[in-house]
Amino acid sequence: MRIHAISRRPLYLLLAAGLLCVSSLATGQEKPATVYAITHGKVFPVSGAPIEDGTVIIRDGKIAAVGANVPVPAEAKVIDAKGLQVYPGLFDPITQMGLREIGAVSATVDTTETGEFNPDVVAAEAILPSSEHIPVTRASGITEVLAVPASGGFDSGGGGNIFGGQASAINMAGWTINDMLLKKSVAMVLDWPKIQTRSFDFTTFSIKEKPYGEAKQEYEKNLNMLKDWLDEARHYAVAMGHGGKADYDGDVKLEALVPVVRGQLPVLVFADRERDIRNAVEFCEQEKLKMILAGGEEAYKVKDLLRSKDIPVILRPMLTEVPDDDDPYDVLLTQPEVLHEAGVRFAIGSFDNSFARRLGQNAANAVAYGLPYDEALKAVTIYPAEILGLGDEVGTLDAGKIANVIVTNGDPLEVTTDVKYLFIKGQPTSLDNKQLELYEKYLHRPKAD
Amino acid sequence: MNRTRTLLMAATMLTFARHTNAANLPADPPVVLIQNATILTVTHGIIEHGSILIRDGKIAEVGKDIKAPKDAEVIDATGQYVMPGIIDCHSHIAIDGGVNEGSISVSSMANIKEVLDSDDIAIYRDLAGGVTEANVLHGSANPIGGQTIVIKLRWGQPADNSPFEGAVPGIKFALGENPKRSNFSIPGQPKRYPATRMGVEETIRAAFTEARDYKNAWDTYNKKVGAGEKNLIPPRRDLKLEPLVEVLEGKRYVHAHCYREDEILMLLRVAKEFGFKVRTLQHVLEGYKVADEIAAAGAYGSTFSDWWAYKVEAFDAIPYNMALMTRRGVIMSVNSDDAEEATHLNQEAAKSMKYGGLTHNEALRLVTLNPAIQLGIEKRVGSIEVGKDADLAVYNRDPLSAYAVVQKTLIDGKVYFDRAKDIAGRAKLEQEKKELLEKEKKAGEKKPENAGKKIEATPVEKKPEAAKPAEKKPEETPKPPSGSTARSNSPESAGALAGGAR
Repeated sequence: MRIHAISRRPLYLLLAAGLLCVSSLATGQEKPATVYAITHGKVFPVSGAPIEDGTVIIRDGKIAAVGANVPVPAEAKVIDAKGLQVYPGLFDPITQMGLREIGAVSATVDTTETGEFNPDVVAAEAILPSSEHIPVTRASGITEVLAVPASGGFDSGGGGNIFGGQASAINMAGWTINDMLLKKSVAMVLDWPKIQTRSFDFTTFSIKEKPYGEAKQEYEKNLNMLKDWLDEARHYAVAMGHGGKADYDGDVKLEALVPVVRGQLPVLVFADRERDIRNAVEFCEQEKLKMILAGGEEAYKVKDLLRSKDIPVILRPMLTEVPDDDDPYDVLLTQPEVLHEAGVRFAIGSFDNSFARRLGQNAANAVAYGLPYDEALKAVTIYPAEILGLGDEVGTLDAGKIANVIVTNGDPLEVTTDVKYLFIKGQPTSLDNKQLELYEKYLHRPKAD
Repeated sequence: MNRTRTLLMAATMLTFARHTNAANLPADPPVVLIQNATILTVTHGIIEHGSILIRDGKIAEVGKDIKAPKDAEVIDATGQYVMPGIIDCHSHIAIDGGVNEGSISVSSMANIKEVLDSDDIAIYRDLAGGVTEANVLHGSANPIGGQTIVIKLRWGQPADNSPFEGAVPGIKFALGENPKRSNFSIPGQPKRYPATRMGVEETIRAAFTEARDYKNAWDTYNKKVGAGEKNLIPPRRDLKLEPLVEVLEGKRYVHAHCYREDEILMLLRVAKEFGFKVRTLQHVLEGYKVADEIAAAGAYGSTFSDWWAYKVEAFDAIPYNMALMTRRGVIMSVNSDDAEEATHLNQEAAKSMKYGGLTHNEALRLVTLNPAIQLGIEKRVGSIEVGKDADLAVYNRDPLSAYAVVQKTLIDGKVYFDRAKDIAGRAKLEQEKKELLEKEKKAGEKKPENAGKKIEATPVEKKPEAAKPAEKKPEETPKPPSGSTARSNSPESAGALAGGAR
């Protein structure tokens, strides 16, 4: 099944390496072929209708041709996909990939800085290319992700950010971050300040309540700080435009916010509740920020607003506990169809690392509760790419795009489907991973007496 | 992702489902016929276009050509699939208050049975996921935790009606990071013993040493009483040791939370030394490494489908665990540990076909007959057979798929969940909620002490994001992020800390 199956690393090495063993990408020895032809598969380009007996040609890392009657170049290495299906790899638009290895071990967690305003921290600066999560995740057909600072997950530290830093898009294979990087700065993380009347106090280990008025004041204080930051960034942008560096004192934080206030870098706004979403939308409009909503558990309650302002949403998994006791039990499962009906643009994210491989499962659940299948597939391929400004690079099987391609034995959203071949940046990429290795090791353990 | 429900809000929040449900309690038809379904019996193969006749809550007939008796209520299941109701072998739903009595290292005197909460909306939501039985466990903060109970999800009935009649009661044990509290500490409080896996072993050994002596004292006393001796003073009752004596006597099942291979073998050694059996190893994420030893000890395994990496002891967790352990002869189940995860255990079981190649029926068994066996209730539930309880889940297609949706869930032959009815009833619920909120608002306005307050301060206020109370956290909680960044950290540790869950 695996092509370029990496020679099995000796098991003692695996054990000795402890936390992190080296994950592997294709092969390193000989110069890899650059032309591949995936033939006779049922090809789902996502951008168009499926092709029954289709061919995908990959050349120099890019998709060169897709179609029914595409000639196979003589120099191509051929992968016969008869009986199999060919799709663009899945795109998980919110993860902490490479930033967190083991949630409970803070030494392995680099997701969230301390302090409230960290616009200048960048995910790509701390992504661990040999994270065990990367090969495990890509074995489920996820070929690119957005690594998002301060975006949740099971963490042991940090928190309290307003500007959490810049999210970076990566391909899910590479020897170094340079190999992997799709785009270093894709969006600025903004954890929308909430009006919070109850909070958990760690010093007394109890729930602290505060009157609504006080909570609102605190919210307004945060909002004013946020406005101040943006104002300063605007002034800074003006100063930058004036003369040379000598004209003003450098400020890395403000500099990081310049593309935000210029509307060049989108703001990934984390908000789930109706009120928070409304507040965020209003704020971003006033401040002329390019907003992407992340989370959006109650996006359905503001669907018309989101539609009219054309604000795209990255939904957290459908398989998430329903927010309120009074909500219908399937409110998060039906939401994708509700948003689709309303014309709201959305993608689905895992918001996690170890559960990233449930991305397809979540999309399938949305289909089970009404979303058209094609829309679900797009919600984990081309829509995240488009929302994040990477629609010309990945997300469909079209000539000119990066060749992130999966070959499966069935529907990539279904929980029982296997990925048989995987191409990342046009290179056949191993499906081997820590979990498969452990499986094979213990499968062959001699029977104990 | 609000893995937790706010008890804090209980005072102001109104659980509407409860009120309406009381009026909607499933009727009690004497005879029900489910017709023309694909029946996944688990024990007798798959019956296409089959029927199930239910009398007095029990399965009376299963087959192809069953005529509807005159008085029967007929459920047309054309194109649908019927499987045994899902049994969740590791649940923390329906618990009122904390899951963990984490203040001491042996909390065997605490009993989940005494704090069952029949109003927990998770009961209904799990029903909507095809779940009919749950093994409701104490948390994992202690090497020896509290007493546990198997319930039927009879939503709408008082808590006293939820225990599975005749099911063997259990007790929670826990090994590794949670009982040694390595990931949790409460500021200002001293560290609780044990703090190492050595200490975990010692705690269990010490407790059973005491329990054995206690049992001897009672045995001696009872023997003397039996021999007619008079004026004896009975041993003083010890509520901590009584359940442990029941374990020694085989009257109470041990459900042991564990991860690493070494601690699994440790517990099996201690159990052997004291002469009791470990009924289930819960989570048992490294069980695949010592599956032969587990099989030899006669213990069962209840695991997650694909959770991993949320802590060090879960770093070698592999989704192949279900299949590997099954192949080595361990009876396995897939559990939830989490109210939301429980709503799609059918999908989680299906993953065992992909990871390690279990058959369709083997996968199905992971959430039906196998957990029934593990809980000692297999004569009553877990398969579709004549004489068993009519606890069934009806899906719109093969349930081992992410596309399958539960249409109906039956317990004792009664329909406790009906998707069509749920949808149809929503408008009325919405209206009722509106009216109640109106009423509450008016009541608030009348009160003089509220006169000066802003109206915003009242109940419409939604539940806060960060203020997740400890007790509802699932035990292991790696599950994704609730959300916003703000939600990411504190709730998890908070739950764990206060309660020591996961």
